[in-house]
Amino acid sequence: MRIKDAQEGLEQFNRRIASAGGLVIVCFVLLFGRFFWLQVIQHDYYKTRAEDNRISLVPIVPNRGLIVDRNGEVLARNYSAYTLEITPSQVSDLEATIDALAEFITIEPKDRKRFRKLMEESKRFESLPIRTRLTDEEVAKFIARRYRFRGVDIKARLFRQYPKGAFASHVLGYIGRVTDRDLERIAENDQEANYRGTDYFGKSGLEQHYEFELHGQTGFEQVEVDAGGRAVRTLSRVAPVPGNNLTLTLDAKLQEVAEQAFGDRRGALIAIEPSTGGVLALVSVPNYDPNLFVDGISAADWQALNEAADKPMVNRALNGAYPPGSTFKPFMALAALHYGKRRPEQAIMDPGGFNFGGHFFRDDKKGGHGMVDMYKSIVVSCDTYYYLLANDMGIDAIAAFMGPLGLGSKTGIDIEGESEGVLPSPAWKKKRFKKPEQQKWYAGETISIGIGQGYNAYTPIQLAQAVATLANDGVMFRPHLVKYITDTKTGEKRFIEPQPIRKLPWKQEHIDVIKRAMIGVTKEGTGARAFAGAEYVAAGKTGTAQVFSYKGAEHKTETMKAQLRDHALFIAFAPADQPKIALAVLVENGGFGAQAAAPIARQVLDYYLLGKLPKGMAPTDEAAVEADPE
Amino acid sequence: MSVRRYWQMLVAPLDGPLFGFSVLLLILATVALASAAPERLSAHWLNLGVALAVMRIVAQVPPQRLMHIALPIYVLGLLLLIAVALFGDVSKGARRWLSLGFMRIQPSELMKIAMPLMLAWYFQKREGLLVWRDWFIATLLLVMPVALIARQPDLGTAVLVFAAGFYVIFLAGLSWKVMLGLLGLAAAAAPFAWNLLHDYQRQRVLMLLDPQQDPLGKGFHIIQSMIAIGSGGLFGKGWGQGTQSQLDFIPERHTDFIFAVWSEEFGLTGNAALLILYLLLIGRGLQIALAAPTLFTRLLAGALTLIFFTYAFVNMGMVSGILPVVGVPLPFVSYGGTALVTLGIAMGILMSIQKNRMLVQK
Repeated sequence: MRIKDAQEGLEQFNRRIASAGGLVIVCFVLLFGRFFWLQVIQHDYYKTRAEDNRISLVPIVPNRGLIVDRNGEVLARNYSAYTLEITPSQVSDLEATIDALAEFITIEPKDRKRFRKLMEESKRFESLPIRTRLTDEEVAKFIARRYRFRGVDIKARLFRQYPKGAFASHVLGYIGRVTDRDLERIAENDQEANYRGTDYFGKSGLEQHYEFELHGQTGFEQVEVDAGGRAVRTLSRVAPVPGNNLTLTLDAKLQEVAEQAFGDRRGALIAIEPSTGGVLALVSVPNYDPNLFVDGISAADWQALNEAADKPMVNRALNGAYPPGSTFKPFMALAALHYGKRRPEQAIMDPGGFNFGGHFFRDDKKGGHGMVDMYKSIVVSCDTYYYLLANDMGIDAIAAFMGPLGLGSKTGIDIEGESEGVLPSPAWKKKRFKKPEQQKWYAGETISIGIGQGYNAYTPIQLAQAVATLANDGVMFRPHLVKYITDTKTGEKRFIEPQPIRKLPWKQEHIDVIKRAMIGVTKEGTGARAFAGAEYVAAGKTGTAQVFSYKGAEHKTETMKAQLRDHALFIAFAPADQPKIALAVLVENGGFGAQAAAPIARQVLDYYLLGKLPKGMAPTDEAAVEADPE
Repeated sequence: MSVRRYWQMLVAPLDGPLFGFSVLLLILATVALASAAPERLSAHWLNLGVALAVMRIVAQVPPQRLMHIALPIYVLGLLLLIAVALFGDVSKGARRWLSLGFMRIQPSELMKIAMPLMLAWYFQKREGLLVWRDWFIATLLLVMPVALIARQPDLGTAVLVFAAGFYVIFLAGLSWKVMLGLLGLAAAAAPFAWNLLHDYQRQRVLMLLDPQQDPLGKGFHIIQSMIAIGSGGLFGKGWGQGTQSQLDFIPERHTDFIFAVWSEEFGLTGNAALLILYLLLIGRGLQIALAAPTLFTRLLAGALTLIFFTYAFVNMGMVSGILPVVGVPLPFVSYGGTALVTLGIAMGILMSIQKNRMLVQK
């Protein structure tokens, strides 16, 4: 019975295979019929269509979105310029053609070099620029001789322009030619079709972070081209949609005041609106001119920027990690109140330092400050008070308090590549070092942490966020630069909602103690000189961060001394009772915070709160024009 | 004489005809790729090496061992698909990949082999005892992974995996009446399925009905590949001379649309050669299925051969504009490592079945 079943099963299987074989043959005959139809019967039609494919689909690159400040001042725009372009596949002798063109149009060796590079990167049938930004005269000269040059044409292309030059360059960033890495990002976002014909891609700053907002939608034009590859007429057209515009929280004038206040010093400043996290100014000086990158930066310029001793390409505000120095003290004091380690009126006797385990931690005032309570410890910036406090609190409590304040972690601002800095703790040390003897945390190390030295290293934007959080009574916001994005298609404004990250569990009475002391700093303390005669009440704290060593970095002898000078810091917010602005200032190798950093903060606050411009700065652009005698 | 001996040594564990046809197809693929995307040739050589090595290794695995791993592989595949649905990587709006940290895997690819293995194993277990409940269980085994893949969404792979499993059930002898009934049911359910489709999938289907409706967008690709095929004529424009392909009118010209390049440059003659080569390979596969010693090997060999046929038919059908555009490669010809390895495994299994038939008979 079973055997018969098996035999039957086998026969059925064979029949099924036969039917499947039949299906295969039918399908292949069908395919062959289709090919026959296309390739023999319809051949003439398709042959013509293939030739018509000299009818080509030309992408129309959209206008890149504008970047304007909170008052509508344009910081990045586009302009159209004529370029001389060659389609290599249509030119028989490229070198001869370029030579012939060079007889009446200036073509420099660097233009040829760039063209050859473009050719390697692109496809043969693409039209590539050999010269950009032709003058009207050059355009006329070429048009007159055009018939001689097959595969050469003049096109209008859009170029990015940063009208204020080297201004806020670390915020705006720059664009550059699309690289393989950019192509990956384009592919990940499923934007390949939309980037046909697009040459540029945001490389840093807002240009990078908001690339897909700024780009817009590529349009297409179906054009008929003649045998020479020139467009004869347009058959159909899908208009491009310009990129979306960014309106920043940044105040360009404030940014300008801040940048000028630095003079030729190096450093960073971040001013934040405490109640929203909106960044009012983000300075990293020295700046560079993003216009240099627009149509491909020259090798010499690139080298100069990268090798400059003062490193203009480094975004100090987001990437520089510095010990906070004494600007750390208000937060230490707040931690002390929070954990009940100190009462405000509790005073210590400062003999001019603190002896721990045979090592004497010195105060900067010889002989000490005498009796010091919490208020005085901040106002006169007493180190001894904080040596003792740090020792009492212990490293774990310090780290546990500072971590949620954002110190030692990225703030999440809308610019990429932010650094984390270092929030020291035994766990951090264990991870950071390899050898067991280096991994151990020593109690002595905690002591210098208390005055913002030691392993402490934070980015200026972290300090700004921390002081803004304090100003805002413990509600912490994510710093952001874009206020809203305007959709150019619908005109709709998409606001970037302020994002409260967390509410820190601080008692208001504790916060008030710290705020009072910080007001004391600008009234009678280390910041009093910089804030003499201010028409508003500011709260601040000076800081001076020791530059310990420059391991591994080589320095010329003449710059050596300046490079070893301390970094000057200042954090502040104002008006103290209802803070509208909070800021952190850092001057690299500036010396004392009170001397170098606090005056910069004063100028910024004076302008933002009173509209008062520093001496020597033109009131506004319009006024400058009026003042110009004719 | 000595060349012949080397060939015999090389092919010893393999099935001569199957290996020969595969190699011919791979040569043809290399010719087409050298025209369509010469910059990918070096990667292509590596893919070929890996695929042939895999084929040879799998050809050494006796079918009894395949039977042992059928169930575990299927269960693993199913678990991976569930893992993808829960925490897979999203790319281009689809959740298809599972990130292992150092690499990303696409479990639906595994299912292409695991599905026929599993079903063939199941029918072998129930040989001679089949009742209607077994058909139901087999269908359930088929539908679960297919539904997971379709949900990703990856319609092309879902269709292929479904086909792979369906062929086993068909070859096992599911009654024609039931199949016709199911077909009717599917037709009746089509309007509901339409509503479940994603917008872009609907667009693809609509595009097939009238590619001209969106000549600048999605229909553009199909029109351009039809122009490429049609303008190829009887003998083609010659290798490297296809204007459609060389001027960038063909989308994905080295992967799913490579047939358009081949067709434009070698014409109807080249296409006929390709079709004959495929027919020979499929014929050999079916022959192996007919001669296979056990139900498991019969079903497996038959299903693998038919799935190979389905790849070829669907791809050429879509490129020439008679089937909707779904992401199915042209077997052995499209550029791409994963597809080559999957095919290498399938061919290896067929070869192993053929070789072991002779051993069993002795």
